[in-house]
Amino acid sequence: MLRFVLRRLASGVVLIVVITAATFFLLHASGGNIARRILGQEATEDTVVQKTHELGLDRPVASQFGDWLSHAIHGDFGASWFTSQPVSEAITSRLQVTLELVIGATLVSGIVAVALGVLAATRRGWVDRLVQLLSVLGFAVPNFLVALALVTVFAIQLEVFKPTGYTSLSDDPAAWLSTVTLPIIALSIGSIAGVAQQIRGSMIDALDRDYVRTLRSRGLPEWRVVYKHVLRNAGGPGLAMLAVQFVGLLGGAVIIEQIFAIPGLGQVSVGATSQGDVPLVMGLVLASAVVVVAVNLVVDLLQGFLNPKVRLS
Amino acid sequence: MTETLLEVRDIVVDYPVKGFRKPPFRALGGVSLEVGPGECVGLVGESGSGKTTLGRAVLGLAPVTSGSITYRGREISRLRHRERRALAADLQVVFQDPYTSLNPSLTIEQILTEPLIARKTDKQLARRRVRELLDAVHLPSDAGNRLPREFSGGQRQRVAIARALALDPKLIVCDEPVSALDLSTQARVLDLFKEIQARTGVAYLFVSHDLDVVRYLSHRVAVMYRGEIVEWGPASQVTVRPEHPYTQRLFLAAPVADPAKQEQRRAERHRLLALQREQDEQMEINA
Amino acid sequence: MTSLWRRLLRNPTGIGSLIFLVLVVLSAVFAPLLAPHDPNTASAYDTLSGPSATYWLGNDGSGHDVLSRLLFATRLSVTLTGETLVIAAVLGIVAGLLAGYYGKFFEAVGAAGTSLLQALPAIVVLLAAKSVLGPSDFAAMAVFGVLIAPAFYRVVYSAVSAVRGELYVDAARVSGLSDPRIIGRHVLTVVRAPAIVLAANIAGISVAISAGLDFLGLGDPAIPSWGGMLNDGFTNIFTQPLLVLWPSLAIGLTCIAFALLGNALRDELERVDAAPKRRRRATPATTVTVAPAAVITHDEAPEKPGTDLLVVQHLSVGYGSADGSVKTVVEDVTLTVRRGEVHGLIGESGSGKTQTAFSILRLLPSGGRLVGGSITFEGRDLANLSEKQMTALRGKKIAYVPQEPMSNLDPSFTVGSQLVEPMRLHLGLSKSDAKARALDLLARVGIPNPGRTYAAYPHEVSGGMAQRVLIAGAISCDPDLLIADEPTTALDVTVQAEVLDLLRDLQRERQMGMLLVTHNFGVVADLCDRVSVMQSGRIVETGPVRAIFAGPRHAYTRSLFEAILPDAEARGALPGITSSGTLGEGVTA
Repeated sequence: MLRFVLRRLASGVVLIVVITAATFFLLHASGGNIARRILGQEATEDTVVQKTHELGLDRPVASQFGDWLSHAIHGDFGASWFTSQPVSEAITSRLQVTLELVIGATLVSGIVAVALGVLAATRRGWVDRLVQLLSVLGFAVPNFLVALALVTVFAIQLEVFKPTGYTSLSDDPAAWLSTVTLPIIALSIGSIAGVAQQIRGSMIDALDRDYVRTLRSRGLPEWRVVYKHVLRNAGGPGLAMLAVQFVGLLGGAVIIEQIFAIPGLGQVSVGATSQGDVPLVMGLVLASAVVVVAVNLVVDLLQGFLNPKVRLS
Repeated sequence: MTETLLEVRDIVVDYPVKGFRKPPFRALGGVSLEVGPGECVGLVGESGSGKTTLGRAVLGLAPVTSGSITYRGREISRLRHRERRALAADLQVVFQDPYTSLNPSLTIEQILTEPLIARKTDKQLARRRVRELLDAVHLPSDAGNRLPREFSGGQRQRVAIARALALDPKLIVCDEPVSALDLSTQARVLDLFKEIQARTGVAYLFVSHDLDVVRYLSHRVAVMYRGEIVEWGPASQVTVRPEHPYTQRLFLAAPVADPAKQEQRRAERHRLLALQREQDEQMEINA
Repeated sequence: MTSLWRRLLRNPTGIGSLIFLVLVVLSAVFAPLLAPHDPNTASAYDTLSGPSATYWLGNDGSGHDVLSRLLFATRLSVTLTGETLVIAAVLGIVAGLLAGYYGKFFEAVGAAGTSLLQALPAIVVLLAAKSVLGPSDFAAMAVFGVLIAPAFYRVVYSAVSAVRGELYVDAARVSGLSDPRIIGRHVLTVVRAPAIVLAANIAGISVAISAGLDFLGLGDPAIPSWGGMLNDGFTNIFTQPLLVLWPSLAIGLTCIAFALLGNALRDELERVDAAPKRRRRATPATTVTVAPAAVITHDEAPEKPGTDLLVVQHLSVGYGSADGSVKTVVEDVTLTVRRGEVHGLIGESGSGKTQTAFSILRLLPSGGRLVGGSITFEGRDLANLSEKQMTALRGKKIAYVPQEPMSNLDPSFTVGSQLVEPMRLHLGLSKSDAKARALDLLARVGIPNPGRTYAAYPHEVSGGMAQRVLIAGAISCDPDLLIADEPTTALDVTVQAEVLDLLRDLQRERQMGMLLVTHNFGVVADLCDRVSVMQSGRIVETGPVRAIFAGPRHAYTRSLFEAILPDAEARGALPGITSSGTLGEGVTA
């Protein structure tokens, strides 16, 4: 078990290094005079050259990346080229906000999707068709449209929730709930649809297995067959789908935060991107990669718990 | 003695096992046998005995680690793709499962012309050949336009046999060709195999787990156990008066369709098992 | 493939979404002709004005005509979607074909590439790419095409690697077909359909993604886009809420149309696949064709008197089909199992023997039900029991031994926990008592190391062991009736003999009644007291085993006996082959 975790961890670290290296090289290969962009059109050629040297942009890209990596390992991710704010400072507080949204949406999707998937798979008939249709629609409609609709109806027309802004959980739990509810719903719809379809499919598949008949032949009550045995066997693919959805939610949050004016990673991302703020973009890519690797590790462990074949191999 | 058609010498097949530095799985551990022209050699054994692997090795579908397989004196175990393809005219196959050995989306005619197009046969000629083949396996001549799913298991197996016959091969590897079939169908398909052999002089390497089937069809029989041949000789001897303890166990384990005889066989089996257990213990003590 | 198209056109959602998408493409193509105004000419007097005769959908925040911009933005969306699809499909399908067919190196590269491309949220990557590539949507969507390519890769890869193992591909190889020929003939056909379904879904996703990027204000402001218009509308949502509506409708409806199209395609494909491609045991294969005739009944020898345990009378089982008709697979079956007696039910595939067994347990596959007759067990008609009453009987009074040992144990639970669960439920045993009893049972069915097997997961035990475990499970609550469905068919001959011995011993020891479903006359001869022969859903002959084996009277029974290969006759050596009796290596005799 420990070896399994270590192996996964090692491959995660490799993945992170590969991703950051690729991003770094692409960002620097893009050309364009970065120092000129920072200093503006009025700066003299001399100050531009000086700034270029100051940022180390006149050195080979590989050695620049080496520097970045060795600093990053020691927890120093550099400072924004435009605001001089340390990258770690710019990201940490915002990452927390984004994670609140994304983890909240993941939990909501997990619970609702299992309920819908099991319902559709065991009832079949019109319940199944309805769940399927809703899943197709929920998966198809982009989350920012859902968000816009929610804002228009609940925040602007009915004024039930705050349309924009964010209050932190520690400051005022009620206000926090009021600000994150709509974003979480907007984020969840798509992943609920995806996971529910997966659960439904693998439940129907599992219900058709020979061992289900044998379990029934032993006189186990139907709820026990469904919830203890079938759901556990169908859970693996559902969990894998949830992990895929998590990565999607992390991206979706960028747009949703923009709509609800929530100070998460999304705002930094859009700003950093349009300016070409390399240290900040690197920090963002690194943060996302670490989160994704961590989530995948957790999912692998859960898979091992669900499926003995994974655990024992 | 007539010329040997196929000769297998000390063949070893290892399958790599997933995982770092795991030793490979040895499916065949040095097996030898030969097949003469027009002969049927039965290969009998239980699951995991390596009988199917031996058939696949002959066909070039299993990786040969060491040893040699010669066809008419020519080494064929390590052929390149192109050379192997040239061998298709002589070496053919009929698989066990008639449901997965025919592509469900192709018509019978498309399936039967497959070996012919590989040889760039003229279309007109190919169509005529399809009719001949259908006739040879006693299927109606209009079967060509239909899909495999319109046929029963036995009929599909006839299609598979027709496909194997398309290029007039000298040897057909038959991998459990009747075990997926019902009893009555099984007997008819076995008779078809006999009939075709009498007419065309094709040789069979006939793989089966069923001693009765092998006995019915084979001139010589090899009994396989855990990747090795434990007994090899004429069918009249191996399948009637087996000498190796494993073959004896195998022989007595199959129930006879006669209550009285089966009761006898069961008692005989229990006696044999007790005797063999005694011998094993004796050997252990001696060792 | 052509038939798939034809059926898609008959599918209401399929044709509906297809028409909508065709209209979208047409309005993109003919945007210059259709647009009433120049999309980039701003009318400073009309900013944020509502719909009017000149400006049908009103004007945006800069005074552009909304309808004209919407039409030109459609052009952008259509080209971007096409671009993404082509890149993703070419990349993913080629890589999937290589990895699926050749495996090894390509497989490793594919897996590594996939995990790399999917390690980051697409939006984050696209944002990073934007900072390099600038505001061009085309560059960004090219990157997205690469990012989404793993979706095609996975679909193609799994389809191809499944086909690669198919026997018909092996047969094609033996037939002398070259690899490109095999891919063209056998592999591409399998890939085509799922790839089309996927393409529809990916088209929808790329519409959403490109709109999302433009909505974030990262697109080229010079080119009208749905996302850009949405952004403009959102900025002005308090003054002119309608402005959000038009681009929302365009984006939403297009995405939904793609999704519904994909769904309709999949439905139609599944309908094709649902055609009987493979024979499955659980589903009935034939309809009843035999004319009702009297069952030939052999006289009862009074050798084994016993009380009736199970009396099945005039049982009929049917499956409802889509058009409401009922297809009968078991008709008018009458049989009796006495206490302590083994009754064999023999027949070929599709004869209805397994359906009869399942109907006694009331565990027919979905769609199947009892349409007539009665099943009397210890004085009660099982056909009339409630589901709850039936559940209480199953396992405790009537137990079941299945055919395939490996697929009949729940792979997620240990052997032990699957044995303990019913005992705790039916016998009310404590955890430790149930465990002790389970270990005893495992020892009783001949498992050499009960403790280890108890703790093992199903995939860790062999087929023969698994069948013993299943037998142990069936007898764990001391049932009166055992229903064994081909209990030795999946086993090797030597293991079969051992399991038959075990079943006989247990049946005698516990005086159980047993209904044994089989297709093997040898098994009947070995184990049964009485036998019923089934053909096409009916019993044609029934009686004591010895009587039937000695003198089968029904033509069908006789034909079955004739099909049994003669026991002693062996085909001698082929004349001319002289190397007789050479022993192979490893021969110890």
